[in-house]
Amino acid sequence: MTALNPDYVFVFILAAFLGLQLIKKVSPLLHSPLMSLTNAIAAVVIVGAIHITGEEGATPLAKTLGTIAVFCATVNLVSGFMITDRMLKMFKRKEG
Amino acid sequence: MDMFVPFAAIAASALFILSLMWMSHPSTARRGVRAGEAGMAIAIIGALIHHDIVSYDLIVLAMVAGAAVGIPMALLMPMTAIPQRTAISHAFGALAVGLIGAAEYYKHAQPQFAGTFVMGALMFEMILGFLTCTASVVAFAKLQGLLPSKAVVFPGQRIVNGAVALTGIAIAVMLTMDPTQTWLFPIFVAIALLFGVLLVIPIGGADMPTVIALLNSYAGLAASAMGFALGNKLLIVAGALDGASGFILALIMCKAMNRSFANVMFGGFGAVAAGAVSGKDDRVVRSASAEEAALQMENASTVVIIPGYGMAVSQAQHKVSELYQALTKKGVDVKFAIHPVAGRMPGHMNVLLAEANVPYEQLVELDDVNPDMPQTDVALIIGANDTINPAARDDPSSGIAGMPIIEADRARSVFVIKRSMSAGFAGVDNPIYFNANTQMLFGDAKEMVGAIAKELSGGGSGMGH
Repeated sequence: MTALNPDYVFVFILAAFLGLQLIKKVSPLLHSPLMSLTNAIAAVVIVGAIHITGEEGATPLAKTLGTIAVFCATVNLVSGFMITDRMLKMFKRKEG
Repeated sequence: MDMFVPFAAIAASALFILSLMWMSHPSTARRGVRAGEAGMAIAIIGALIHHDIVSYDLIVLAMVAGAAVGIPMALLMPMTAIPQRTAISHAFGALAVGLIGAAEYYKHAQPQFAGTFVMGALMFEMILGFLTCTASVVAFAKLQGLLPSKAVVFPGQRIVNGAVALTGIAIAVMLTMDPTQTWLFPIFVAIALLFGVLLVIPIGGADMPTVIALLNSYAGLAASAMGFALGNKLLIVAGALDGASGFILALIMCKAMNRSFANVMFGGFGAVAAGAVSGKDDRVVRSASAEEAALQMENASTVVIIPGYGMAVSQAQHKVSELYQALTKKGVDVKFAIHPVAGRMPGHMNVLLAEANVPYEQLVELDDVNPDMPQTDVALIIGANDTINPAARDDPSSGIAGMPIIEADRARSVFVIKRSMSAGFAGVDNPIYFNANTQMLFGDAKEMVGAIAKELSGGGSGMGH
């Protein structure tokens, strides 16, 4: 892994284009919940935080930084998903 | 067990994509949240069962603590505080990214390091992570009122910012070439943190929607960069989706203000406000009472309500909803015209009105409402200013010339609820207040709307139609 793996660029470009197309379709009504949803999804960096905290031979420094990172990412994803849902619950149609 | 790990990443990526797809419409959006949650759960399980993971105590502890903070934050947060919450949430996410990068850096800070590509990706990730963290904290402080929301501008600002950015990049390059220079690393982190602060202090309150969207994008790109460094495709996908989302929203915001990214980021726009307000004015302003406004709305067949940040500040959304109910009961067709940059984050007004039980079909966008404005009997402007300023359309020398506006002035009559005659965020003169068909309702938005609603529903005059 000393050089750039072209597979990653490939994945990034496809995901970015897909993202642009998907987001364009989101109704402006929902831009606030959209933002908190994508924010929660970006908290998937918790995967990297779990790895550096729990891997064999992790130094005390790595464990400390990793633990804080797991904490921050958890706050982000838990509150992000919950508040998105709270906002969406409020969007109602006209009755009757 | 390990067989599951790559499939977990694929499943999680697919669920994240579905999540955004379902987010397109209110009827499927909650399913989108479920998909996102499921994707996240699968990703976390995949990470936990990875054979590299040998100790779980700290991870579990941090996750429990994180949930203990995150759950009350989500449940107790008032809807008016959504922009602040979003900003602080970006700060948390970006800090996590930065710290993971730092831990990875120290792991590789040895003569046989992981290679310049990995180091370069880590440095890029950390610059974005740390600067987004402090930038989001400053944005949070401005939105929460802990810092003045005005743009802070000083002479030579661009030169200072440029010098700081160049120094940061230079150190990043040095560390990429030779990671063993660990003494440089704290300086690098400090510069990235400082740059985040410098980036947001010159940005005024009304530009916050663009800034928040841009920070959202940075946080996503940082996650993607981490994916490149760690060789994790799930992070690349999730980060790219988030980055794309923030980017599109920021573009929409810029377009809605007829400004470029560069102008928002480096323009120091709010700074003009102090000087531009003219001293004496002999133009006539007509003011009206809640009773007069109520009478006119009652006899209207169409009313368009145009909310702005002032509605959020005075928390008037529930009273606005009462007004909507009262008018609807009387057979008046009420629509809400939402400007993309109304409020302090994209979609801010929609969330507040939804909270107050206004059905979302009544919320219409700028392009859809403008053709109907000339046939509208009453336009009611609540705490909006620049987004309805006809000078943007008519006066090429105006500070906001070319900005798309809601053409409230074309309605048959216009009511403006405003606390006083001070200029808006942009400090630009607004001729709508002096038009012959405009009447000012001076007062707090919440009280004024409440008074009109009361006139309509209870204390009604009962006068004929």
